[in-house]
Amino acid sequence: MAIDIHANPYKQDFPLLANHPEIAFLDSAATAQRPACVLDASRHFYETMNANPLRGLYSLSVEATEAIAKVRAQIATLIGAVDNTGKPLANDVVFTRNTSESLNLVAKSFAPTVLKAGDEVVISIMEHHSNLIPWQQACRKAGATLVYLRPDDQGVITDSEIAAKIGPATKIVAIGEVSNVLGVRNPVEKIAAAAHANGAYVVVDGAQSAPHMAVDVRELGADFFAFSAHKALGPMGIGVLWGKHELLDQMPPMLTGGEMIDSVTEQDAVWAPVPEKFEAGTQDAASIYATGVALDYLANTVGYEAVQDREQALVVYLMQQLAELDYVDVIGPDDPALHHGVVSFNVQGIHPHDVASIMDMSGVCIRAGHHCAQPLLTWLGVENLACCRASVAFYNDAADIDAFIAGVKQVWSTFNG
Amino acid sequence: MGNLYTSTTFMEHNSHPDYKYEMDSPTLTHDGINPSCGDELTLQLRVENDVIEEASFVGHGCAISQASADIMADLITGETIEEAKRLAGLFLSMIRGDELTEEDYEDLDEAAQLKDISHMPARVKCAELAWRTLDGMLDKQ
Repeated sequence: MAIDIHANPYKQDFPLLANHPEIAFLDSAATAQRPACVLDASRHFYETMNANPLRGLYSLSVEATEAIAKVRAQIATLIGAVDNTGKPLANDVVFTRNTSESLNLVAKSFAPTVLKAGDEVVISIMEHHSNLIPWQQACRKAGATLVYLRPDDQGVITDSEIAAKIGPATKIVAIGEVSNVLGVRNPVEKIAAAAHANGAYVVVDGAQSAPHMAVDVRELGADFFAFSAHKALGPMGIGVLWGKHELLDQMPPMLTGGEMIDSVTEQDAVWAPVPEKFEAGTQDAASIYATGVALDYLANTVGYEAVQDREQALVVYLMQQLAELDYVDVIGPDDPALHHGVVSFNVQGIHPHDVASIMDMSGVCIRAGHHCAQPLLTWLGVENLACCRASVAFYNDAADIDAFIAGVKQVWSTFNG
Repeated sequence: MGNLYTSTTFMEHNSHPDYKYEMDSPTLTHDGINPSCGDELTLQLRVENDVIEEASFVGHGCAISQASADIMADLITGETIEEAKRLAGLFLSMIRGDELTEEDYEDLDEAAQLKDISHMPARVKCAELAWRTLDGMLDKQ
């Protein structure tokens, strides 16, 4: 079926977009907009089941606890973390604050249990800082070396690059499934196979993939998978870490305190089982509940297939028009099909911050800066270590892209008369 | 803010800066950076008998940072160190949102048109880069 990007059946579900038709929001890779059902969900939680989860012995607290457990199971099912009978491995889903915290948990708690001096951790040059700095730190602590997978000029990490970088010294491979700058989807399956063949563990940063495409951690070959709710229509402040049970089980907690213990004596404590072991303190139960509603809207009401079709059509439309502007340089692959919702670019001779400021005057929201990927921009030799980025979601439409293109033309004429 | 990018005089300072060059024999040199933007600027002054006889800058950055630097160099040329310090203080306070007196705006001359940047927190650092560099340089004196 042809996708009609001029029609927009979704906008009405998003109060900010519906109430501000003058805004063209093209920064969903930074954070998504939220549908009304997600905003209502937080309120619904506080109005009908608010109590501190886990500890209360009265039914309201039990309800709050059950609400969280239900979302764990929903997420496990969504990302393919199920046992052989298809039953969700709900207890292997840990709630954190965001992807950064999820990845820090793996780098700080799991990595020291397997890394020793001389080992190698492999990441890619296109990692977001949140899947980069934690590994720098882990390597420094263990005396291990951080090795970088580098893509070709179309953003592809080739088989030979994988073979050259992943070997017997590799202990951990941490890879972003989709790049927040180049928009490419990395060959996670191949990378994971090479890692496992060498006895290494695989950590997948799904911050830019889980909001846009179906994820199956078994097919990916992931040992850990992290993503953030706020990029997937959910509230800010909720992150997810899924891990293989035996790995989570052997990891020490990163934070300690309330709600993460079984028993405490004057000099010692026994940790609660996974996942509570990693969730010290009172969780943001209302936001976890709202995350469940967000993921249900995304995966069931809209559906990943429709999300993919629409976002791909929007990217094609955007890149076709950008290609007609000879003063715009697109960063990343030439083929729109390789850009998963993300198009980075520069306007020749004009600083990205000026581009974003001028576009903002006509209501076009794009990102400009280093996109938390300074090593990538350094390696690519991008001027000023900065670029502009337009990123789409299914709730965008052709009018948003038209406003964007008009904005780029306005930027050019502002500086070049 | 809209006025700045459409102001011909302001944009001229970006595209054809009079004071962007490497000085032969500066008496004072000071570097300034905006880590989050990647803007880099080196400010050079030739000071004789407490008077700024020559001011110039080199570096790279967005239009706001470049034009602001050029406007500043123009403004402080021929001024005493003390007056330059006062002007930098006025500018930095204006850009952070303080209301100045009519006289102060007049003293800032062309620089006063950057007033509206105070409504754009993301760009404040760009506008003040040269002035912060001047301030840091003169504080050391």
